[in-house]
Amino acid sequence: MTDTLTDASPLSFEEALEKFDPVLGFEVHVELNTKTKMFSSAPNAFGDEPNTNVNEVCLGLPGTLPVVNGKAVEYAVKLGLALNCEIAEYCRFARKQYFYPDTPKNWQTSQYDEPIAFDGYLDIELDDGEIFRVEIERAHMEEDAGKLTHAGTSGRIQGADYSLVDYNRSGIPLVEIVTKPIVGAGARAPELARAYVSAVRDIVKGLDISDAKMERGNVRCDANVSMMPKGTTTFGTRSETKNVNSLRAVEHAVSFEMRRHAGVLAAGGTIVQETRHWQEGTRTTSSGRPKSDADDYRYFPEPDLVPIVTTAAWVEELRSQLPEPPADRKRRLLAAWGFSEQEFRDVVAAGLLDEIDETVAAGVSPSVARKWWMGEISRLANARDLEPAALGVEPATISALNALIEEGRINDKIARQVLEHVVAGEGTPEEIVTARGLEVVSDDSGALTAAVEKAMAENPDVVEKIAAGKLKAIGALIGPVMKETRGQADAGKVREIVLAKLGIEG
Amino acid sequence: MSEISRADVEHLAKLAHISMTEQELQKMAQELAVIVDSVATVSEAVSGDIHATSHPLPLTNVFREDEVGHVFTAEQSLLNAPDAEAGRFKVPAILDEE
Repeated sequence: MTDTLTDASPLSFEEALEKFDPVLGFEVHVELNTKTKMFSSAPNAFGDEPNTNVNEVCLGLPGTLPVVNGKAVEYAVKLGLALNCEIAEYCRFARKQYFYPDTPKNWQTSQYDEPIAFDGYLDIELDDGEIFRVEIERAHMEEDAGKLTHAGTSGRIQGADYSLVDYNRSGIPLVEIVTKPIVGAGARAPELARAYVSAVRDIVKGLDISDAKMERGNVRCDANVSMMPKGTTTFGTRSETKNVNSLRAVEHAVSFEMRRHAGVLAAGGTIVQETRHWQEGTRTTSSGRPKSDADDYRYFPEPDLVPIVTTAAWVEELRSQLPEPPADRKRRLLAAWGFSEQEFRDVVAAGLLDEIDETVAAGVSPSVARKWWMGEISRLANARDLEPAALGVEPATISALNALIEEGRINDKIARQVLEHVVAGEGTPEEIVTARGLEVVSDDSGALTAAVEKAMAENPDVVEKIAAGKLKAIGALIGPVMKETRGQADAGKVREIVLAKLGIEG
Repeated sequence: MSEISRADVEHLAKLAHISMTEQELQKMAQELAVIVDSVATVSEAVSGDIHATSHPLPLTNVFREDEVGHVFTAEQSLLNAPDAEAGRFKVPAILDEE
């Protein structure tokens, strides 16, 4: 028997694409944000003490019966519609049977050959605005499994001494979205992968049917990758990289798998059909479980649940409730805000579209809203290792700060300090400015004039230049005046005083 | 008569985690073949667009309101657990994916 080569050094991305074309496929699991689980009235909540959001159904105790959460079905239909799918007039749940401790009843209640939604598509906008259509095979309803923690010396699955199970997640409603094979993405395959998952996330967030937080596992992606020799049309053997849970990781995982497959195939080897685990540290994948008997799930229709029938009237009613598709919304906002394409892309990449939209709705101009969110708020969030949205800055706060600037009561620099105090929980901008005495130094007491006079006296050469008509030199006096007034001077006011003193028309 | 081989039964038994003796495998292969044939007669009686029956009652769309009901405490959840640690069920390590 000759050993088959299954491992070789990955090619570079460029080499891989010279020889092969990638074929992609995605399975994205979306956790719905219903109040209760798919088949039981236990709460669907995150972060609670282990095994406290469960009842007899979630634990799969003998004799218990599931009852379908009507809201979850509604959400699944909405998602199907947003994915441009057909909605099944008749469908059923099925038992997917396997033995694993995360699934206490030894089957996952899912859908098999009768998904609630099928034959859709999503037009994905790539970074340069090019549209790539991804065909959707199906979107079906199922339940999430419990969470395993592998305990022992390594903390990893390999070498674990035992596992601990928390069933709080068991039974949370999921919709699994499965694409058809995606051909023709070429060098843009990794970018498309990221953009696709991002688009799905935006859609479920826009529909408000999921919390859509990838870091919490609300949206999870399994990425299928295969490579076929250039010029051929027969798909190669695929690998499935499981649970890639950030947009960046999706992009890197697809890129790495393309290079790995190409390396093995170019060396005359064979790709093993298997699951792969994404390794964030090394940005590589490692071998998981080969496809085996364990994948013979013996699906059959769930006898404890009755079929679901949708009427055209109900589906159309749900369709009429759909929000503006995220891609359309982006095009509308780009036109309305007047940002450059690059500025807009940066906002989208930073995930701040909603925040800026809400801030604009609170009466702030788009450019000012962008400046705050992309600038100071992002900086403060970064320093705290948080997402900008998690900093707790309300649109009303930015509106209030901006009003204080426009009224000339504080300057930009002080406004940034005020924001920091807001984040620290000291109150509204108005309260902070009052409490800390941050208002711009007015000249009622002559303090500003005194500071200007002092600066002029200490910088006779600058004064000479200004007097000679070089008005830009006034800038050199602003610094000393700011220092004297602890930053609370209004630069425009300083300029006025300097010009008045020198008898120059401003 | 349908062909259900001893190997088919052995495979199913393995998937279902049921331990069977050689004698049981042989016997079950013969009995399952008869059962499959009996069930197949049903398909002769129906034709056209009739869904395979998966529930004896002619009901559809039995839904529940999305309202939170009772839950167990961690202690209650773990009452039947063979072993537990830190509020979680403790199970042997299984070399498989998460």
